[in-house]
Amino acid sequence: MSGEAMSVNFSLRTYITGFLLALVLTAIPFWIVMTGAISSAGIASAVIVTLAVVQIIVQTVAFLHVNARSEEGWTLMAYVFTAVLLLITIAGSVWIMNHLNSNMMPSMMSDPQTTSQSP
Amino acid sequence: MSMNDPALTHAIFGRLSLESFPIHEPILLWTFAAVVLLGVGLVAAVTYFRLWGYLWREWFTSVDHKKIGIMYIILGIVMLLRGFSDALMMRLQQAMAFGGNEGYLNAHHYDQIFTAHGTIMIFFVAIPLIVGLVNFVMPLQIGARDVAFPFLNSLSLWLTVAGAILVMISLFVGEFSRAGWLNYVPVANIQNSPDTGPDYYLWALQIAGVGTTLSAINMVTTIIKMRAPGMTMMKMPVFTWTALCSNVLAIAIFPVLTATFVMLMLDRYIGSNFFTNDLGGNPMMYWNLVWVWGHPEVYVLVLPVFGIFSEVTSTFCGKRLFGYSSMVYATVVIMILSYLVWLHHFFTMGSGASVNSFFGIATMVISIPTGAKIFNWLFTMYRGQIRFELPMMWVVAFMITFVVGGMTGVLLAVPPADFVLHNSLFLVAHFHNVIIGGVVFGLFAGMYYWFPKAFGFRLDPFWGKVTFWGWVIGYWVAWTPIYIVGLMGTTRRVRHFDDPSLQIWFVIAGIGALIILVGILGFVIQIAVSIKNRHALRDVTGDPWNGRTLEWSTTSPPPFYNFAFTPIVHDLDSWYEMKSRGAQKPTAGFRPIHMPRNTGAGVVISALALVLGFAMVWYMWWLAILSSVALLVVTIAHTFNYHRDYHVSADEVAHIERLAEGA
Amino acid sequence: MTTQASEAQDTLVFYQVEEEHHAEHSGGSTLLGFWIYLMSDALIFAALFATFGVLNSSFAGGPGPRELFDLNLVAMNTALLLVSALTCGLAMISLQAGKLGAVRLWLVVTALLGAGFVGIELHEFRHLIAEGATPQRSGYLSAFFTLVGTHGLHVTFGIVWIAVMLVQLGQRGLHADNQRRLLTLSMFWHFLDVIWIGVFTFVYLLGVVR
Repeated sequence: MSGEAMSVNFSLRTYITGFLLALVLTAIPFWIVMTGAISSAGIASAVIVTLAVVQIIVQTVAFLHVNARSEEGWTLMAYVFTAVLLLITIAGSVWIMNHLNSNMMPSMMSDPQTTSQSP
Repeated sequence: MSMNDPALTHAIFGRLSLESFPIHEPILLWTFAAVVLLGVGLVAAVTYFRLWGYLWREWFTSVDHKKIGIMYIILGIVMLLRGFSDALMMRLQQAMAFGGNEGYLNAHHYDQIFTAHGTIMIFFVAIPLIVGLVNFVMPLQIGARDVAFPFLNSLSLWLTVAGAILVMISLFVGEFSRAGWLNYVPVANIQNSPDTGPDYYLWALQIAGVGTTLSAINMVTTIIKMRAPGMTMMKMPVFTWTALCSNVLAIAIFPVLTATFVMLMLDRYIGSNFFTNDLGGNPMMYWNLVWVWGHPEVYVLVLPVFGIFSEVTSTFCGKRLFGYSSMVYATVVIMILSYLVWLHHFFTMGSGASVNSFFGIATMVISIPTGAKIFNWLFTMYRGQIRFELPMMWVVAFMITFVVGGMTGVLLAVPPADFVLHNSLFLVAHFHNVIIGGVVFGLFAGMYYWFPKAFGFRLDPFWGKVTFWGWVIGYWVAWTPIYIVGLMGTTRRVRHFDDPSLQIWFVIAGIGALIILVGILGFVIQIAVSIKNRHALRDVTGDPWNGRTLEWSTTSPPPFYNFAFTPIVHDLDSWYEMKSRGAQKPTAGFRPIHMPRNTGAGVVISALALVLGFAMVWYMWWLAILSSVALLVVTIAHTFNYHRDYHVSADEVAHIERLAEGA
Repeated sequence: MTTQASEAQDTLVFYQVEEEHHAEHSGGSTLLGFWIYLMSDALIFAALFATFGVLNSSFAGGPGPRELFDLNLVAMNTALLLVSALTCGLAMISLQAGKLGAVRLWLVVTALLGAGFVGIELHEFRHLIAEGATPQRSGYLSAFFTLVGTHGLHVTFGIVWIAVMLVQLGQRGLHADNQRRLLTLSMFWHFLDVIWIGVFTFVYLLGVVR
């Protein structure tokens, strides 16, 4: 039971590359928001979300070592299945609740924040 | 002490007081007295026969999947008696309470009874019975010696027991929830239910839910990693496939329930506004999330039962299951689709046509793979050598009964129809139809089928038939009238009616419940009689039904390590193949076997969780903090145990195998 | 001792009598089992994200993201957690090389960075509550505190786990069980950083941008 060799193969380069990519992919969205560089909220949101998705993939591959070979493909299968369920749960809930809210409480649909200011 | 210092009493006992006990309720008082008497009698008997040591060493601390499975099933059967008592009480009330007659249960009690009935039947009867069967059978079917995480298995069992105990305590100390088996808001909001009801519900189910989640992770890992050499995924027995899909689904949904209950707890304990009616809360979000859990949950229950029917049908028809691949694909499709239909539980709440039609169509689509399964079973029976022993009788009863329930389900899936039938007794009849006709009938088939493997002797067939006819006739007599009054517009969860023309239906339903009672008593008697006649009913071969899968290759019961030599699999129905090719178990060359050690940690952790739950229900903060800290300490301390396994010597294995040969 | 089937050319073996070469089952299963547990944990967060998504405009006339969030703090927090992910990775590299001392060093650094993360978060929460932006104030704030707080609780648990591992490493060095536990610990830690991407994106950045 002791002295068993580790069955994984981690590379320092992968961690460093992943870290640097994640750093950039984090800095850009923060910069966009904190400087207001993109005037359209819609476009800014789309860019930020896209970069987030990319960073999730980067960290999944570089830090979590998810690949098609790990555990004979079960690691990736479980991950993809979970991602699908996550999307269904979040998107499904928001879709349903938006419809419920707008049909059943139309007067409450927009609830503005008390003040609007950039930080 | 306490009379003079209410602040001190309050600090020690929270909101627990003498008023929390049912001193004014004769029914509860007498029930409590009976339970205490029974409990004391049991403890006295165990002490007198000096069985505590045996029970602790051989059962409570066991990490053996077979024993854990048996204990789950015992829990489920005990809780069935409680849940069915609730049913009888409701039937009696509804049969008598017409016009001027208010019945014997006021709303305050009636609401707790229907809530407890549903909660207990799903969480503490159906889930434990299914988990118990999967636990016992699946590792044997895949040629493994135990599950992937034996200690977690024990912990899961005892956490479920802790949840059940908390629910049972609520009968005598304080109140249970009145918000239905899903503890719906707004009834369950703190303003509407400031009492202990929803808190008992939430803590019991959170504790049991952790157990169920851990168990599901365990089963999935076991099936993926521990199959015998040669058993590829498409050579797994169908029951194992359904166990896999059911447990994957369980892993997918219990976290959502956990998070939802945490949010409701936060609303109730700290005044947050997730599901409140003001300050930005949204009660429908609770309904939404709880049904994201609730719908797949019923597939978690029914998929293993479909697996049982597959095994039983192929065994008792002497034929390989027809359409194995399509069975597997149907199971996987059902698993995936079941996650896409949850809104059909609240079509009427205003989501509109676009949302309703999506979920309505998805719900109807699910009936297709289910129908495919029915055809596969029928084609297996066609031109088979059918032996109508009890398990096969249950299969036929299931096919007739469940299909009707499935059809009423498809009817309800049509949103315009559901607008009439939502929350009517038609709905209640539908889900009892599929749960009884599907899950319950399947569990009885499975228990009868695998009982000899677990205990070494068969169940008495005569009392089995009493059970069977009691349940089947009883179900139809009890629930057909409920479909009828539901179609006529009667609402669910109602304890009194004004229309006297409905009474006859409720009386018939009550008679049906009494017939089911005959079935339940028959089952209990069956067990007692079988134990008494166990020598006459003994299974000496280990394969009393001429089975086709690996569990039948062991003795009955199997040795604690299951297999002295791991089987090698070449085809589907691997035991049947081994028998056809004259495979012989090796009688020499035994090797030491690596087995996990027993541990009491599961019992201790669950006991602490029970104390924590009780303390939180009653606002006994000091006790809650104490038990939380103790939980953390015990859990961390357990990780310092690096000696959780041992080896069974080759000699001991040889000895056990020789004894089995000689028997 | 093998068994022959009846056909001469078909020597099917039905029982495994040779030595088992593969790793003990429980060791072989731990990593997959823990991964599946992490997937279930992700679904807890899914429910919390869904609730946040539904309640993200339910201010009840109270404060919203623009007046509540100091993005400098959030940026600092994010940096701390990201660096801790790297140092956790460095601990794994050291584990692979069999260097017990380096493993312990990087674990300590990871824990300290994690503690910094939790500390800043607690500071943020304290500040919000002092301003009246309590979890009880609105559905939005209930969802915010619970989502971010659950993540922070997970990080705290990770720090406790690191502490326990340090003790166990001190006792038994790079015992096989410890190696397995460290692998699961690093999976847990990295998982939390992935979840944080979702949090800082959807809660903080998008909250301010809208």
